[in-house]
Amino acid sequence: MQSTAAVPMSASVITTGGSGARSGAARRPGRIRVCWLRGEALACPSLRISQEPARRAVARAAAASNGAVAGSGGFDYDLVIIGAGVGGHGAALHAVEEGLKTAIIEGDVVGGTCVNRGCVPSKALLAVSGRMRELHDEHHMKSLGLQVSSPGYDRQAVADHANNLASKIRSNLTNSMNALGVDILTGVGTIVGKQKVRYGKVGFPDKEITARNIIIATGSVPFVPKGIEIDGKTVFTSDHALKLESVPDWIAIVGSGYIGLEFSDVYTALGSEVTFVEALDQLMPGFDPEIAKLAQRVLINPRKIDYHTGVFASKITPAKDGKPVLIELIDAKTKEHKETLEVDAALIATGRAPFTKGLGLENINVVTQRGFVPVDERMQVMDADGNVVPDLYCIGDANGKLMLAHAASAQGISVVEQISGRDHVLNHLSIPAACFTHPEISMVGLTEPQAREKADKEGFEINVVKTSFKANTKALAENGADGLAKLIYRRDTGEILGVHILGLHAADLIHEASNAIALGTCVQDIKFAVHAHPTLSEVLDELFKSAKLQPRGVQDSKPNQPPQPLLKVLSFITSLFSSQK
Amino acid sequence: MAASPAPFSLSASTVAARLRAAVAPAAAARGRQRRGRMVVRARIREIFMPALSSTMTEGKIVSWTAAEGDRVSKGDAVVVVESDKADMDVETFHDGIVAAVLVPAGESAPVGAPIALLAESEEEVSLAVAKAQELAKGGQPQQAPPPSADAAGTPPPPPPPAAEAPVAAPAPLAAGTKGIATPQAKKLAKQHRVDITKVTGTGPYGRITPADVEAAAGIQPKPKVSPAAAAPPPASAPAVAAVPQAAVLPPVPGATVVPFTTMQAAVSKNMMESLAVPAFRVGYPIVTDKLDDLYEKVKPKGVTMTVLLAKAAAMALAQHPVVNASCRDGKSFTYNSNINIAVAVAIDGGLITPVLQDADKLDIYLLSQNWKDLVKKARAKQLQPNEYSSGTFTLSNLGMFGVDRFDAILPPGQGAIMAVGASKLTVVADKDGFFSVKSKMLVNVTADHRIVYGADLAAFLQTFAKIIEDPEGLTL
Repeated sequence: MQSTAAVPMSASVITTGGSGARSGAARRPGRIRVCWLRGEALACPSLRISQEPARRAVARAAAASNGAVAGSGGFDYDLVIIGAGVGGHGAALHAVEEGLKTAIIEGDVVGGTCVNRGCVPSKALLAVSGRMRELHDEHHMKSLGLQVSSPGYDRQAVADHANNLASKIRSNLTNSMNALGVDILTGVGTIVGKQKVRYGKVGFPDKEITARNIIIATGSVPFVPKGIEIDGKTVFTSDHALKLESVPDWIAIVGSGYIGLEFSDVYTALGSEVTFVEALDQLMPGFDPEIAKLAQRVLINPRKIDYHTGVFASKITPAKDGKPVLIELIDAKTKEHKETLEVDAALIATGRAPFTKGLGLENINVVTQRGFVPVDERMQVMDADGNVVPDLYCIGDANGKLMLAHAASAQGISVVEQISGRDHVLNHLSIPAACFTHPEISMVGLTEPQAREKADKEGFEINVVKTSFKANTKALAENGADGLAKLIYRRDTGEILGVHILGLHAADLIHEASNAIALGTCVQDIKFAVHAHPTLSEVLDELFKSAKLQPRGVQDSKPNQPPQPLLKVLSFITSLFSSQK
Repeated sequence: MAASPAPFSLSASTVAARLRAAVAPAAAARGRQRRGRMVVRARIREIFMPALSSTMTEGKIVSWTAAEGDRVSKGDAVVVVESDKADMDVETFHDGIVAAVLVPAGESAPVGAPIALLAESEEEVSLAVAKAQELAKGGQPQQAPPPSADAAGTPPPPPPPAAEAPVAAPAPLAAGTKGIATPQAKKLAKQHRVDITKVTGTGPYGRITPADVEAAAGIQPKPKVSPAAAAPPPASAPAVAAVPQAAVLPPVPGATVVPFTTMQAAVSKNMMESLAVPAFRVGYPIVTDKLDDLYEKVKPKGVTMTVLLAKAAAMALAQHPVVNASCRDGKSFTYNSNINIAVAVAIDGGLITPVLQDADKLDIYLLSQNWKDLVKKARAKQLQPNEYSSGTFTLSNLGMFGVDRFDAILPPGQGAIMAVGASKLTVVADKDGFFSVKSKMLVNVTADHRIVYGADLAAFLQTFAKIIEDPEGLTL
């Protein structure tokens, strides 16, 4: 699901610097979004789903069921959702299930960024890149006993695959809503007052409807920093890149977050060389440092990729007049000119900016923060005075809490739960994220430094255990033993704080961990769950089984260090294996 | 895997060679005092950046586990190095005191570059520190190591033919931005040690492409593996060390310069060392009809001609231990307790000498099995040091290529090497003067005349010929 649409503001964005005030702890601009939202989620005392019925919600429940029966109690709809992306879709489906009369307003195409210009088409391209990568890996093929002669690809056919996939998913989405009786209203929605939405052509919203509840789910667009000129041909964003109109010989990717990393996987598999431009001092700044380091070894160093870190792309000029694309790099700290790159193309993957203009928020006294709609932990929109705007919610990229498609959907479902009379607070720490490189990277919860900080602050101890894909039968059978899984948990209670995986099918493996976090399952319980053998899921099984809790009653003042010598051995074995390639 | 067999071990070689090299330009004036290196040799060692993987060109020091002034013993981890693949603890090969850290934690150094100095005792620490400062000044030591007064009277040894900068001296890291190079071009340049600033770009906008770098490195687009002649073997050289070379000739205009790989550097080093050994050669014709018959018989059982020859040589050596001996210090014979036959094998981009150990004791079937394993490992570059450096006698066979005779260069640490030519039908007159046509091959043995004399070699060859000409004993 997630990926391209998903990225929190990534590093190379000069202008995000100003938002540092939002997060006291995080000084580095690229991490602000993540830190901030995680910080907030942490502040919520219970990490579990709160089922406690709020008084207000009870009252609302009565009204809602009333409405559903009696034509929404004077309103046109029980729920109007502005934006038919993955978030809006998830909310709509759940609303119907709850018996709410629901409409969804879409000014562009159903499916939003994820389906049309994000996760979905990028997965098609990555499916191709994964196979190309395998076919071109002679060592890999030989060791499997396969013989393949000079595999190639047809760019247009690859592009068509991505495009076809997007339209297929789009029509699936549309059909599912139609079938359930969700009214799909075409146009751009604007909030004109309390529980009142107007929609229609841009600038001429001519139809007005009333709704008991409104959800803003307008998503985001690629963020393009100042000084960068987009021509859609040689300098472009993920929107253009996913159409795969060309495969440049050499492409610079500005930003090394999920989007950049996934595209580097695609482009290098298709034969391009890639240069990363990253504003922070290291690549993949949002990842757990250990995973980032391994990712660099597996996904960057052996490939036709180089990188410049600690630099901003201050000016990018598209190729014209017989000149290549010019990228001026300045030092991220001193702002001094460092170098000018000459490449064939540049992909701007510096994160995403909320798409909240024209929503009419001024009509209800709501001021966006850098474009994001301010919300509380229940996704209720806050006005300029910090008060909750009744009956108005905002989910997904537009609120910026966690810019992932499935997070938007989860937030939407959470909102529908609330308006159906059941209080619900989504635990963002249980929302997994994945990067679909080859091999994949996935994570849920806190990174190790975040967990250590939390542990220091709250006075508990954490343990970190790791396991390698090299110990997994299925991974070895697939010849895909590059990988690491890492579990961070509380030493006293066994609560899972974070899990990070780099390896074959990591994106599919993470859910055992994210479900455990969501349901509050601790390591000492989940370790008895049985996994089919031989499967990759045994990587997590191994991880859970290797977790040791503090013996009861023993107060050990010194936190257990991860078993370094074992790791050394593992990494040595890793090097032996991988160096034979 | 790396050509260097123990990729995580740290190579510490003596500092002398490198310093000598560095001093050389100013050598003439100071020549008399430079005998000092003989003394220094054993006392201050350099710790080099090890090659932790075959693709590693430089390593980053993650941390020093031993600090300056720490006493370390052989096998202790002294430094954690981050390569392109992993972080690894690196051990020292020698006891000593870490006198000076040349590359602090967080910095990188090319593979083979010195990263610290190890002094053997307290007294040498200050000396090593001084040396470290000299090295830091860019390899321009002001003077040679001083504690050599004891040797003042003797005439200075002739300086080495010439000196060259340490092979692994800090490579200029693509400093210039003039020639735009693609990411892969830069990677290849590093890997093949090509100075990218000297490469002419032919890509779009005149940029340097990977193909340009490969051309500069002399790599063909599709390198064909040519089973080149197996000349004499390389020996150990676990890691890149400074390779003393002949005088550096001026570059030929238009020619491409391809630096040696680690293995090739090791070969070169060993070849140069052989120049210090007074070698001589003795040839011997041997009729091989019976050997050929035997070969046909045992071939189905997996026995190769190489193994038969090795076995024959081993049996002959058992009777002539002096040919299996070596001269290590110029003053004595070192008789080896085992007969280990090293056999030169050409492999992609070099050659190596897997060793058939105890070839006199094992039967040909067992030897054949061992040989098969060794060759497989050699091709996969997985031979362990004791599997290619424990030879006491070397066999090099070019007969399969139709070569009728050649002579081999003596590998260091061995007394003799046998070069075997092809077996050819030849008209032979027997002692009664009757002509007949026989298969005959020429073998040519190169030996160290300090320990093996002409008569020794002749006697050995006679025994060897007898075994070959009446080969039934080989199968026992």
